[in-house]
Amino acid sequence: MLEEIYTELLAEHSQSAENRRALENPTLKEHGHNPTCGDDITLELEISGGVIKDAAFTGGGCAISQASTDMMIELMRGKSVDEAKKLAELFIAMIKGEVTDDAELEQLDEAISLKNISNMPARVKCATLAWHTLDTALAKA
Amino acid sequence: MADRNFLRDFPIFHGNPPAYLDNSATTQKPDAVVRAICGYYGGCNANPHRGVYDWSVKATKIYETARASVQKFINAKSPAEIIFTKNATESLNLVAYSYGLANLKADDEILITISEHHSNLVPWQMVAKKTGATLNYIYLARDGNLSDAEISAKLTRRTKILAVTQVSNVLGLINDVKTLAAKAHEVGAVIVVDGAQSVPHIPVDVQDLDADFLAFSGHKMLGPMGIGVLYGKKNLLEEMPPFLSGGDMIEYVEEQDTTFAELPNKFEAGTQNVGGAAGLSAAIDYIQKIGFDEIARVEKNLTALAIGALKKLPYVELYGCDSERGNKIGIVTFNIRGAHPHDVATILDAEGVAIRAGHHCAQPLMKYIGQNATCRASFYFYNTIEDVGRLVDAVAKVRKVMHLD
Ligand SMILES: Cc1ncc(COP(=O)(O)O)c(C=O)c1O
Repeated sequence: MLEEIYTELLAEHSQSAENRRALENPTLKEHGHNPTCGDDITLELEISGGVIKDAAFTGGGCAISQASTDMMIELMRGKSVDEAKKLAELFIAMIKGEVTDDAELEQLDEAISLKNISNMPARVKCATLAWHTLDTALAKA
Repeated sequence: MADRNFLRDFPIFHGNPPAYLDNSATTQKPDAVVRAICGYYGGCNANPHRGVYDWSVKATKIYETARASVQKFINAKSPAEIIFTKNATESLNLVAYSYGLANLKADDEILITISEHHSNLVPWQMVAKKTGATLNYIYLARDGNLSDAEISAKLTRRTKILAVTQVSNVLGLINDVKTLAAKAHEVGAVIVVDGAQSVPHIPVDVQDLDADFLAFSGHKMLGPMGIGVLYGKKNLLEEMPPFLSGGDMIEYVEEQDTTFAELPNKFEAGTQNVGGAAGLSAAIDYIQKIGFDEIARVEKNLTALAIGALKKLPYVELYGCDSERGNKIGIVTFNIRGAHPHDVATILDAEGVAIRAGHHCAQPLMKYIGQNATCRASFYFYNTIEDVGRLVDAVAKVRKVMHLD
């Protein structure tokens, strides 16, 4: 069970520094926060012509929230705003246990590795924080 | 001395329970408490203070006997000084809104400490904003105890209320409330004591402390959730306006005006938690049978073992574990380098160890000690040496599970 959550992939993404920065020209900036556990991220997006050109984040939290944010950013780069919204919805549905079909979930790329968190109700909020934050940000795009 | 096996007395610990180390959040309930609650609901449930029939009389008797039992437990002078509430939070709100709003004005000061639980902090912020009073903080010395210099500097003639926890729910350190009460009284302030973490673990005598108010929760001392206590000195409570109003707290109600009931009913509006009071009363009996000497002996032993073992792990940082005064209850707060407390708690849970991770409703204290969150293991007398062993073994696995080593 634990090995399925705390994978090497998760460790790599949670510690990776590449996407942890401020953008030079963000067009959207959104703050996301889990008051109960203190996960706290600020997501920055550079959108032009309806496409996410670049994304990055700052902030801190548990390994699950940080890895999930990092995976999401890599997935979103180059996606259209509409695609991004659909992917965020799909990820949240996966974590809620509403979509379980791996073929459908493949679009989530590495983020599919967080699927098992749907069995850990106490950690669902950690996994979905970044995706809810993205969703809120994109509603303004 | 061989430890008595208290676990048998607790239905939840039958079978293969986890090492339950979240006793500062809430404690487990012995059979006697469960039976007292069932006994009331299954035996004589009726609205107290209202009916003249047998069950109502019995319900009233259970409720008032519980009050007397709380009174004796904290050595209050009179049962009129014991107000039943829902929990410590409601008790502190009652004091803040009733006493605070009636007695504070602009330029007055409310003094609290940086280690307060949000329950003894947010209500004072609200009342400060409403009255124009200033909210000041006492900060800590290096060992986590309240700084004497801070107390002397900040407790002044302008201070009208000193609100302080007797034991911090993060650091587990016991504050010298008796000295603080004397100092508060010297400058003409009242002292409000948050006893949520002290009353379950150490003997608390309100007359000896000379506390003006004391708040605590039943569920942190073996009792059920939903019953708490506010102790207040009678002369203060008598002067205070009601907090909540409605049924049971009145004397006469006319179309435009109401006169209020005598203490303690003035502060107990609406139908009260008789089952909760019955459970709390049974909890007090149980604690008294064990005795605070035994409770302190077990907790000190387990705490010393846990601190000793965790200190041997080079990547563990401990908070509030260096006080040389021995003024500590069974709370061990720590972090593992590189691992967020929530991941630690998840990994410990998989190993059958229940701890708390987060800010422990004390965000200003977290900021003060420079942490976003921490892990907390908190003991009660029914915990065992095996529980400590499970904790330490699980902590030793965390960095490996997270691929940090
Ligand atoms: C020091 C302290 N004060 C107040 C409270 C609030 O208790 P309750 O949530 O039962 O009202 C707690 C509980 O966590 C506490 O530890």
